[in-house]
Amino acid sequence: MARALITMPPTAKRGDVVEIRTLIAHPMETGYRPGEDGAIVPRNLIRRFSCHYHDGRDEVLVFSAELFPAVAANPFIAFSTVATASGTLRFSWSGDQGFTQTETVSLVVT
Amino acid sequence: MKRLVSLLLALLVVHALAADARRSGFDDMSPQVQAMQRDDAANPAMLWVKEGEAMWGRDCVRCHGDAATSMRGVAARYPDFDTASQRPITLSQRINQCRATRQHSMPLAAESDALLSLESYVAMQSRGQPIAPSADPRLQPFRERGEQLFRRRIGQLDFSCAQCHDEHAGQHLGGSTIPQAHPTGYPQYRLEWQALASLQRRLRNCMNGVRAEPFAYGAPELTELELYLAARAAGMRLETPAVRP
Amino acid sequence: MMMKRRELIGAAVGLAGAVWVRPAAANADELAAAIAAFAGGVPVRAGRVEFEIAPLVENGNTVPITVRVQSPMNEADHVKVIAIFNQSNPQRDVANFFLGPRAGRATVSTRIRLATSQQLVAVAKMNDGSCWSHSVDVLVTLAACVEP
Repeated sequence: MARALITMPPTAKRGDVVEIRTLIAHPMETGYRPGEDGAIVPRNLIRRFSCHYHDGRDEVLVFSAELFPAVAANPFIAFSTVATASGTLRFSWSGDQGFTQTETVSLVVT
Repeated sequence: MKRLVSLLLALLVVHALAADARRSGFDDMSPQVQAMQRDDAANPAMLWVKEGEAMWGRDCVRCHGDAATSMRGVAARYPDFDTASQRPITLSQRINQCRATRQHSMPLAAESDALLSLESYVAMQSRGQPIAPSADPRLQPFRERGEQLFRRRIGQLDFSCAQCHDEHAGQHLGGSTIPQAHPTGYPQYRLEWQALASLQRRLRNCMNGVRAEPFAYGAPELTELELYLAARAAGMRLETPAVRP
Repeated sequence: MMMKRRELIGAAVGLAGAVWVRPAAANADELAAAIAAFAGGVPVRAGRVEFEIAPLVENGNTVPITVRVQSPMNEADHVKVIAIFNQSNPQRDVANFFLGPRAGRATVSTRIRLATSQQLVAVAKMNDGSCWSHSVDVLVTLAACVEP
């Protein structure tokens, strides 16, 4: 399936609080679960999520999260950010077994 | 004969809708999980749908054009009759048949993410449509076999589908409400699976639940059951891609 | 520490596998310790935080939650971290969310796993060092007709 899905408005007025909803495909294997052969399935988690806002001048970390095995598979994270100026938002996930995924989305601020 | 079957199906639908005591599994869910299904930005099934959309653009658009037009109402009438095999065929089987015979490409493995992605994208084009089983009279004997399977006691626990889902729907099994088991949202994201999968996977789960040997994926019995379940749900709205516990 | 393993037997239907559930007393202590460690010695007060979750959960694999903290989210008064803890999963941490004035609103949503019925706590750490929390008790039912 698709790696990630990001839903946010394409435009906003300066100062608006923009709601962002993110989904990423990942099993979030806890490391506590026995597999079919009885052996524990190795832990395989997304550990970190971050959102950087690049407004043409600076790139600022506006939101981040630390995830643990109690986060459900195909992690859903919804948060918000203030529309300061037109630019791009860079969403990054990283975790076990070298997992990384980055998505960038433009935001036009009027 | 075709008129008789059409009449029978129409009567089934009219009777069902007139005093419709039928409930989708959606109605039994908590508001939070209902909200998960309603919101395309939060529904995990959309990860598969998005992939299906990409696959459509690569493999299907040349012949079928815009899916929103060409696939509208298609999933709502499946399983349909397949002239080549003279048997009912499910939507995912039809997709694979198209790939093999018209595109000369490899079929996608049953229950693979690829096949489920394409199937969920196609089926979503019928979202909101009433389930409208094909009136092809050649399906009737298979539908009847499906109904017999639905009423047959199986497994170590010696239960039939009908016992739980007709007679005891709305009551509880463990902590769960027993649903009426209408396939209103397949392929669906089941929280138990933490993945999207087909009606056939769900049927196999149920067979395991009564300690019966489940039919293999693609078995004719599963297609016949799907055919009967669709008729039983005729007129109900399709919600694909649904979320269910 | 001893781990007690309990096999859950569903009424008339087989349920897959075993669930690791620890004695409640040990959990309550560990939960308190995890919250205290996060708060860094600052007393944690109930209030300002709203932990939204279904009181009865159909399936513990995927439970939607939303945490809201009352705060203007400006430079002078904002949430820095929202931490979520549980009582009875194999480990206490669930997720930590790092905010700041750029967030605009102190509202986060995600979906979590619950091994069993238990207490959950959301703790918000503010820029002035104060800590606020909201605890919820959740009943988790187990699915019938699971895969083997």
